[in-house]
Amino acid sequence: MNEITLDSKVPEGPISDKWENHKFSMNLVNPNNKRKFEIIVVGTGLAGASAAASLGELGYRVKAFTYHDTPRRAHSIAAQGGINGAKNYTNDGDSVHRLFYDTVKGGDFRSREANVHRLAEVSANIIDQATAQGVPFARDYGGLLDNRSFGGAQVSRTFYARGQTGQQLLIGAYSALMRQVGAGSVELHTRSELLDVVTKDGQACGIVVRDLLSGEVTSHSAHAVVLATGGYGNVYFLSTNAMMCNVTAAWRAHRKGAFFANPCYTQIHPTCIPASDDFQSKLTLMSESLRNDGRIWVPNNEGESRSAAEIPESERDYYLERKYPAFGNLVPRDVASRNAKTVVDEGRGVGPLANGVYLDFSAAIERDGLDTISAKYGNLFDMYQRITGENPYQTPMRIYPAIHYTMGGLWVDYHLMTTVPGLYSIGESNFSDHGANRLGASALMQGLADGYFVLPYTIGDGLAGRLGEPVVPTSDPVFTEAVAAIESDTQRWLATNGTKSVDYYHRELGRIVWDNIGMERNKAGLEQTLSDIPALREDFLKNVRVPGSANTLNQSLEKAGRVDDFFELAELMARDALTRDESCGGHFRVEYQTPEGEAQRDDENFAHVAAWEWNGRGNAQTRHREELTFDNVALSQRSYK
Amino acid sequence: MSTNNGETINVTVKVWRQDGPSDKGHFETYEQPVTTDASFLEMLDLLNESLNEQGGEPIVFESDCREGICGTCGVMINGRAHGPQKATATCQLHMREFKDGDEIVVEPFRAAGFPVIRDLAVDRSPLDRIIEAGGYISVNTGAASDANLTPVPKDAADKAFDAAACIGCGACVAACPNSAAQLFTSAKIGHLALLPQGQAERWSRTENMVEVMEEFFGSCTNHGECHEACPKEISLDFIAFMNRDYVKAKVKNRALSGQA
Repeated sequence: MNEITLDSKVPEGPISDKWENHKFSMNLVNPNNKRKFEIIVVGTGLAGASAAASLGELGYRVKAFTYHDTPRRAHSIAAQGGINGAKNYTNDGDSVHRLFYDTVKGGDFRSREANVHRLAEVSANIIDQATAQGVPFARDYGGLLDNRSFGGAQVSRTFYARGQTGQQLLIGAYSALMRQVGAGSVELHTRSELLDVVTKDGQACGIVVRDLLSGEVTSHSAHAVVLATGGYGNVYFLSTNAMMCNVTAAWRAHRKGAFFANPCYTQIHPTCIPASDDFQSKLTLMSESLRNDGRIWVPNNEGESRSAAEIPESERDYYLERKYPAFGNLVPRDVASRNAKTVVDEGRGVGPLANGVYLDFSAAIERDGLDTISAKYGNLFDMYQRITGENPYQTPMRIYPAIHYTMGGLWVDYHLMTTVPGLYSIGESNFSDHGANRLGASALMQGLADGYFVLPYTIGDGLAGRLGEPVVPTSDPVFTEAVAAIESDTQRWLATNGTKSVDYYHRELGRIVWDNIGMERNKAGLEQTLSDIPALREDFLKNVRVPGSANTLNQSLEKAGRVDDFFELAELMARDALTRDESCGGHFRVEYQTPEGEAQRDDENFAHVAAWEWNGRGNAQTRHREELTFDNVALSQRSYK
Repeated sequence: MSTNNGETINVTVKVWRQDGPSDKGHFETYEQPVTTDASFLEMLDLLNESLNEQGGEPIVFESDCREGICGTCGVMINGRAHGPQKATATCQLHMREFKDGDEIVVEPFRAAGFPVIRDLAVDRSPLDRIIEAGGYISVNTGAASDANLTPVPKDAADKAFDAAACIGCGACVAACPNSAAQLFTSAKIGHLALLPQGQAERWSRTENMVEVMEEFFGSCTNHGECHEACPKEISLDFIAFMNRDYVKAKVKNRALSGQA
């Protein structure tokens, strides 16, 4: 396999004119002809719901698919903090260019400048759209929209709706979608899971889904297929993702020819509640804002058995304040996370499983009073107490980093189209805008930018020349063969009849991935991982037990396929991390760090996107590259001492 | 150095098992040791692990975010929707709410509008039909004006948010002796009717949503059980608000269509 150079199709011209000019130069589909095109949208989170609604409004015939019972359940709903928008309502000097600059820099110079600029350009429209839909953003006493500041930015550009911004934005997008469902322009398929992307002569022509209630496997054809299926954080088993989040749709597209980009770029959130038991099912995030008033520490001694209150000041190590006097407890996410791992690995972790660090509010309570701290963080303290049974006003919180976002995903060009013509990917499922590290309050922005304001334009350009072309009938062998393959997979799972559950293997896989492709990676560990994962997978295929039958709601069967895809993804993550001989953003190779312990990029050799091509089961993928150029934001090195 | 309880308790779990919508269904009883730090759903996860080991079929129940926001989870626990802890969805309930030796009866949400799919999973899609009937503001993508063009009084925005906090779990319906969906419907109607953006369609929205609601669900007789069960503590005031708006809507919509 020869390495090919990927064409990102970024338009010519100055960065600030690219999108504007491109909108004019793209081909259009006449309003009356839009109804002649069928589009499938998979996933109904922020990206999928906004895309399906917008395409339906334009007049396309849309089919939307979700594995949930209703579109309103998608995990976008759990985002707490907010959404960035370059409105400059606070008059503090924000602009499209500043949001663009912050995002490229925050992404540690591994994103595509043109995409990021477009994201910043449409960010303000998202705020307008959501407000018009009735999203109850926070307001000041004059009735105008309020803003807060967020990590990685020196301006206040984050719009928020209490601690439930994702929920409110999703309800907005969902209501727009349901309006189109009612109008008949979108056909909604709930409880339907994508199990294959179908191509004919290299062009995406439809999907195969399983009805999760009846088990029936059906084919659906269209002129274009859009995947809005989220990230792959659950490859770690424990993450802040919802239980059902998975990589299956993106992965099966990958197996049909869509390149998978930068899988090793995953993001860790430093302040989550640590696991309390081996059977813990997921992790819960606590807002990062807590680090404004909490002091992070661990005991000086390994294996400390005293409670926090019994450890005198002289025997505590406020390690962030000690190592980073300028930023202290407010160092960026990746730095805070890696340092927590270091002290826990030294045996100085706290809590019943010695797997956390203290986040202590006693100094803040003494300084500002209980009422002030309660007014700021009361709801978070309550949530913490509900989960752990501990009162954080009296005893320090215990926190530990956890995976909560994946920057890698399907490679897409400027049109958000994958390497398979007619197959698009939007939101977290693509790789496009965050480089090696995503800034806070930017995930919601990107999902909605793609769905409301980018894809509805670019998809028309791809369809315009295909007027009069019929969809591939579902009786075509490309569909019937895909259905047959899925049905035989299902029978194989049910017939395996081993002894261990799917969850058992998922948990074991997650342990390997977390230990070796988590906060820190090194060559030896990654090489070991490349033999450990296939070995565990072999055991999985031989000894898993998938109870029940094919023609009913069978959650074990659903999970079996998802976990199988995670195995293949995990291997690719290891290979991607191993071949990227540098550190950048969320990818920290211990061999490549500055004397200060920061990520040491190698711009000479790695200022590119790694996009992997599937070569069939049992063969290693081929690594292709898209070179990145930074003409508008100068490359620089971060430091927080 | 643990400061939390972390003790292990033994509970007897009586779970509703039902193979499919047409199966009659029955209770099965299981014994399950569990630490009090586990969540209620993790206790069911453990139970499923052991059922799998013994060659049985796991209990079907639904959950997703396990942070109390997506609304996917929800079962009756000892006769109460989402169980004993106030303002808490099933996924946020922890075993420290129970004692060693407790018997815990777990059933699906019971409502005519929510047919059982399997074991503890029910079909709540009628709630989507209500939204489809008008639970939106008709603004096409791109048609919005600048967000700060229309100030919204802070208290109206806050009140609208209180209604919009609904997670669509359906506990209100399950808790209601009449299986009524007034709290859910009124939360959505209240959210939009309290905002300036929602005024243009206020009367048609209210009438359409209420009438679709009545196709699927029972009538409200002011028991207030819905509010007690609601994980987001949505206020009963929204039901009163909806009822007033519905009467007004009937009159206004007739007038608008020239029938008055």
